[in-house]
Amino acid sequence: MNQEKTTVLEHRVFQGDYRLLRVAAPIIGPQVKPGQFVHLRVPRLEQAVLRRPFSVFKADEEGLSILYATVGMGTEVLNSVESGEVIDLMGPLGTGFPTLGKDKTLPVLVAGGYGNAALYLQAKNLPIKGGAFFGGRTAQDILCVGEFEALGWDVRVTTDDGSLGTKGLVTAALDPWLAEQDLDAVELFSCGPNPMLKAVGDRALEKGFTAWLSMDRNMACGVGACLTCVIKRKTEAGWEWARCCKDGPVFNAEEILWED
Amino acid sequence: MRVKIGSLEMKNPVTVASGTFGYGPEYADYIDLDRLGAVTVKGISVEPHVGNQTPRTFETASGMLNAIGLPGPGAQGFIDKYIPFFAEYSVPLIVNIWGKTVEDYGAVTEILGSQERVGALEVNVSCPNVKEGGALYGTNVDLFRTVVDEVRAKTETPIIIKLAPNVADIKRFAKAAEECGADGLAVMNSYPAMAIDIETRKPELANRTGGLSGPAIKPIAVKLVWEAAQAVDIPIIGMGGIYTPEDALEFIVAGATGVAVGTANFTDPSSALRVIDGIETWLAEHHVRSVNDLVGTVRA
Ligand SMILES: Cc1cc2nc3c(=O)[nH]c(=O)nc-3n(C[C@H](O)[C@H](O)[C@H](O)COP(=O)(O)OP(=O)(O)OC[C@H]3O[C@@H](n4cnc5c(N)ncnc54)[C@H](O)[C@@H]3O)c2cc1C
Ligand SMILES: Cc1cc2nc3c(=O)[nH]c(=O)nc-3n(C[C@H](O)[C@H](O)[C@H](O)COP(=O)(O)O)c2cc1C
Ligand code: FES
Repeated sequence: MNQEKTTVLEHRVFQGDYRLLRVAAPIIGPQVKPGQFVHLRVPRLEQAVLRRPFSVFKADEEGLSILYATVGMGTEVLNSVESGEVIDLMGPLGTGFPTLGKDKTLPVLVAGGYGNAALYLQAKNLPIKGGAFFGGRTAQDILCVGEFEALGWDVRVTTDDGSLGTKGLVTAALDPWLAEQDLDAVELFSCGPNPMLKAVGDRALEKGFTAWLSMDRNMACGVGACLTCVIKRKTEAGWEWARCCKDGPVFNAEEILWED
Repeated sequence: MRVKIGSLEMKNPVTVASGTFGYGPEYADYIDLDRLGAVTVKGISVEPHVGNQTPRTFETASGMLNAIGLPGPGAQGFIDKYIPFFAEYSVPLIVNIWGKTVEDYGAVTEILGSQERVGALEVNVSCPNVKEGGALYGTNVDLFRTVVDEVRAKTETPIIIKLAPNVADIKRFAKAAEECGADGLAVMNSYPAMAIDIETRKPELANRTGGLSGPAIKPIAVKLVWEAAQAVDIPIIGMGGIYTPEDALEFIVAGATGVAVGTANFTDPSSALRVIDGIETWLAEHHVRSVNDLVGTVRA
């Protein structure tokens, strides 16, 4: 975990609402593990006291990249950053995805939105490639299908409007597929909007397979100090708070106590 | 750069604000804790406490709201989990404490005040985010005295009373704390505040209201430090939106002996170290021998 002044190498529209930002980060880059994130200080956003968390898309010895959607003030200002500019990063942060369990032979990825970016390193590192399920509102939201296929994943796409792949939610494709698999062999890794994570988590508990979910919570410090980003984690006595920035963002579906 | 708060010696006037720096280990990868004048940890009560529901923070213009609600491991939990961590450091440790009742304040003081590693107790009588006690002890001067008396009776360790900003006359509270035997004051806690989402018409925080911190409150904090400093002889730790050495120096000129860096840790974990280095440079450039010579030198 470090703080590093990184230099922007590349910044461009990636697809639809998403932009790719690649920075030279020789300190943080080599340390990144799948599912970890960086905490980014948006340049020229002096009136904002908080950094913005982004999952690492790709990372290597020289640097790292993120894929981000423009959703508010911070990401809007980030749009204007140009090559050669300096961005202050903290990272890599959080506890990411575990490697494939010893008795597991069928890894499954389930992603929505920037979840595709968050799962890329995991998809690359997993020793076996299985099924990958990507969901989004429209074709524009489905990122990196070709890249995952090139790694050897069997990619299935669903969109709410049917503009790409099967029409419907990601579970519409996932459920029939899972019904044909040996669930003891399945280990699922997921990142995306909360309703998607909950739907995946519920299935894991019902059907008894292992699932790891990367949780998105608003963050302030990003290092476990402020207790902003907490979720309820089951304990023998009931529940306790767990910090998404430090104990997570990735949790076993069994651990999570969903609210309402 | 040395300053003293009662018998607590700090090698420089800069600490971190309670609740913005965890319990110590969280930022240890980012800065050398031993460079700080002191580490001040998140509020601890006698029993473990769960705190508020989420969302607990919300960013605002030049600041943020928080309503964390003082979750924590309790006094014994803190000792077991975090005191061993500080054995590896020489930095003075200030533990922020709070209670729901006067007895709670006494009990947590007894447990933590007797810990050798604890250099001072900072007594939070001003948390805007817990229903019981909290803000009430900070805004009613009679209740305020009962808490300070109780804490003082239970320990010889220096006690620093953290004042509420939302009182009509902070001088009364500052004086009361001094009369009850406090070694120092901390000014200020975050300011009670609120933000609402106009589309859902719901408050942005689960607790509905929270405390405002960051640069937005700095001028309020400077004024409160200035007022409190005129009322008492005990040292004050000033805080509220300190980001730069110049911010810190402004508090010192207003009357603060020490300063705490809070929300700025979130923006940049190296903020406190930059403040320390910058104060040192400024003092040298202005031929001020000791930071103590600058305290309260604001001109009429
Ligand atoms: C672990 C983690 C990984 C993430 N990875 C990515 C990613 O790879 N790509 C991507 O596009 N987005 C990602 N996000 C979401 C991203 O952090 C937000 O979209 C971003 O903070 C929005 O900032 P803003 O100033 O534009 O929005 P505003 O709404 O103006 O932000 C106001 C405040 O809310 C916070 N906030 C707003 N939306 C979110 C959100 N969805 N999650 C967390 N905090 C939020 C901001 O950080 C800021 O403090 C991730 C979030 C988390 C927690
Ligand atoms: C997230 C957060 C948590 C806090 N928790 C505590 C706490 O536990 N006890 C306390 O006395 N003050 C707490 N505070 C108040 C700070 O210590 C400080 O008084 C206030 O934030 C003003 O300083 P700043 O503007 O530099 O942050 C907290 C502030 C924030 C932002
Ligand atoms: S964001 Fe501060 S504890 Fe997670």
